[in-house]
Amino acid sequence: MRFIEEFRNQAIAKKWINKIHQQVKSGRRYRLMEFCGGHTHVIHRYGINNLLPDAIDMIHGPGCPVCVLSIERIDKAIALANTPNVILCTYADMMRVPGTKQASLLKAKAKGAEVRMVYSVEDALQIARNNIQKEVVFFAIGFETTTPATAVAILRAKAEKLTNFTVFCNHVLTPVAMEALLVHSQDKAQLNGFIGPAHVSVITGSNAYQSVATQYQKPIVIAGFEPLDMLQAISWLVAMIDQGEVGVKNQYIRAVTEKGNLKAQDLIDEVLCLRAQFEWRGLGHIPNSGLALKSQYQQFDAEHRFDIQVSKSAEHKACRCADILCGEIKPKDCALFGLACTPENPLGACMVSSEGACAASYAYETSSIT
Amino acid sequence: MIKTSAKLSMVNGTIDMSHGAGGRAMTQLIQQLFLQCFDNTYLRQANDGVLLPRSNKRLMMATDSYVVSPLFFPGGNIGELAVNGTINDLAVGGAVPKYLSVGFILEEGFPLSDLKKIVTSMADAAKRSGVFIVTGDTKVVEKNSVDGVFINTTGIGELDDEVTLPQAPQVGDKIIINGDVGDHGVAILAHRENLSFATTIASDTAALSGLIAAMLAAAPGIRCMRDPTRGGVSAVMNEWAEQYHTCFLLNEAAIPTKMAVQSACELMGLDVLHLANEGKVIAVCPHEQIEPLLSVMRAHPLGKKASIIGDVVDEVHPGVLMTSCVGGRRLVDWVSGEPLPRIC
Repeated sequence: MRFIEEFRNQAIAKKWINKIHQQVKSGRRYRLMEFCGGHTHVIHRYGINNLLPDAIDMIHGPGCPVCVLSIERIDKAIALANTPNVILCTYADMMRVPGTKQASLLKAKAKGAEVRMVYSVEDALQIARNNIQKEVVFFAIGFETTTPATAVAILRAKAEKLTNFTVFCNHVLTPVAMEALLVHSQDKAQLNGFIGPAHVSVITGSNAYQSVATQYQKPIVIAGFEPLDMLQAISWLVAMIDQGEVGVKNQYIRAVTEKGNLKAQDLIDEVLCLRAQFEWRGLGHIPNSGLALKSQYQQFDAEHRFDIQVSKSAEHKACRCADILCGEIKPKDCALFGLACTPENPLGACMVSSEGACAASYAYETSSIT
Repeated sequence: MIKTSAKLSMVNGTIDMSHGAGGRAMTQLIQQLFLQCFDNTYLRQANDGVLLPRSNKRLMMATDSYVVSPLFFPGGNIGELAVNGTINDLAVGGAVPKYLSVGFILEEGFPLSDLKKIVTSMADAAKRSGVFIVTGDTKVVEKNSVDGVFINTTGIGELDDEVTLPQAPQVGDKIIINGDVGDHGVAILAHRENLSFATTIASDTAALSGLIAAMLAAAPGIRCMRDPTRGGVSAVMNEWAEQYHTCFLLNEAAIPTKMAVQSACELMGLDVLHLANEGKVIAVCPHEQIEPLLSVMRAHPLGKKASIIGDVVDEVHPGVLMTSCVGGRRLVDWVSGEPLPRIC
């Protein structure tokens, strides 16, 4: 299996699209939320939104780790970067995310802060090994997909007795967020079903969403990140909705099991624990939704090592990322979209991230031309 | 009495500040390396300005600076890139490249052996294209002021009277490219990030002047050409869309791409249309000349995989659209941010 061409086959795509067109019942609307920003990008990048019947509304969800991070956490990362003798290591996406008053790590770097872009936490570890006289802080963000790697890095730092490596932990949990979304907006988005996360589910397993599905009476289909995965999942979801079926189905069987990656889950449990609550952009403070380092690993916790002071954090007044992340409005409904807020000059996080809904809309939507 | 210079050690020697100070050490470097490698009648004039022969043709001039990191990468090095890149800027404008100037900014401590490799490959690249390096300059800066070596080249080319480039694309025209997209970008990235599966990918750096001469002979109606370097195919198409107020529709399935390049893009979250190329030309050609154009391109070593990748279409607003591999339409936007800094 070559994993790319097979899942982008135009003839098979056509069959699924025809099937979906035949499936939808006239007069009925299907409001489907793709939880992950990765799915949002697949939909736009392959123009899938232009191939689906009008009756289907694809609504982007909060599954973009860059986007959901509260502005206070971004301000704290910038403050860390500006701390003398600190090298802050971050995934590239975080560089341009605006903090209070449009500050960003990129701007801090231009003014002399040592900010390094890394592809993995392993790179940050290496920077720590190579710069023993410096304090190396890894800006850890992400859902369950990136969390195990952070846990491994902390265990490795401990084994190597690295004293100059810490983690600014911002890892968050997916199933809790899905539930919070339904509670928070009281289902204002009137969702009929979810396209469930792909890579996150490889770690969590498909069972992780059973309770949300049952409690809130929603169908969920876990889907891979290729166009054919999406089309098949949409077809399944439409069928579940029409049959009034509730529960979790797994389209992404080549990677996702019911129980997930137990080894990775153990690693997370070993090193990290639940925070009482964590602030999400859009969803507010959600109990048991974020992870922190356990006390026995606190020497690797940047929040323990440094006294991170930030003044009052505030979003751009007109930015509507929060509503977009809850699926309540589309990027184009924001007055800043494409005018004051562009990928080159982002005013909100959703325009920055490669998983952000505004970035996807801006980069791929054809409506500005045709 | 004029003292003769001692011989530079090209094996263990390094650049120091004296090599840019205007004294004997600088002359040594110029004579024993640059003059020797680039040697030609113009360079032998040995004056501050070089006198070029009279030309009764229109002249075209192009300049580019090269700061690629790493300096040596699979498929080439910064020197070759600096010669080919400026030659290509002239060639896509329809000019026959004739003369180049070369400016080096060298970092104190840079190994002479590396400099020799770079200069030798520049000389070879110029020779292959029949271009003379006619004048040059060398500066040395303190350690850490530049990353090894930065190079600027400026080129002059001559345009035949028949050449009418560039002209606005017309609805119905075809967009054509001479081969695989994204090799240079991935070669640099794979080398830098140790992507073992993609290390077989070499930069496509090549001088396109020969291929382009053949293309213009076969299809004199070609409207315009560009080399998709920084910003990739998407940058060229978007520039044209703005410049000519035109709409382009690309066909994703027809864009030639190596599997390893596509895999690297998947892994790094990059769009192949945003990746730099150093040996590719995109041309817009009237549909009635497309067959002779394709056959002459495919007969050339640099155009074996020449493909039609899209059309000029009639839409209300200018822009670049693409039919995706699964049939949906999307916008092709400029690259935003810096996915690959210092690619050329």
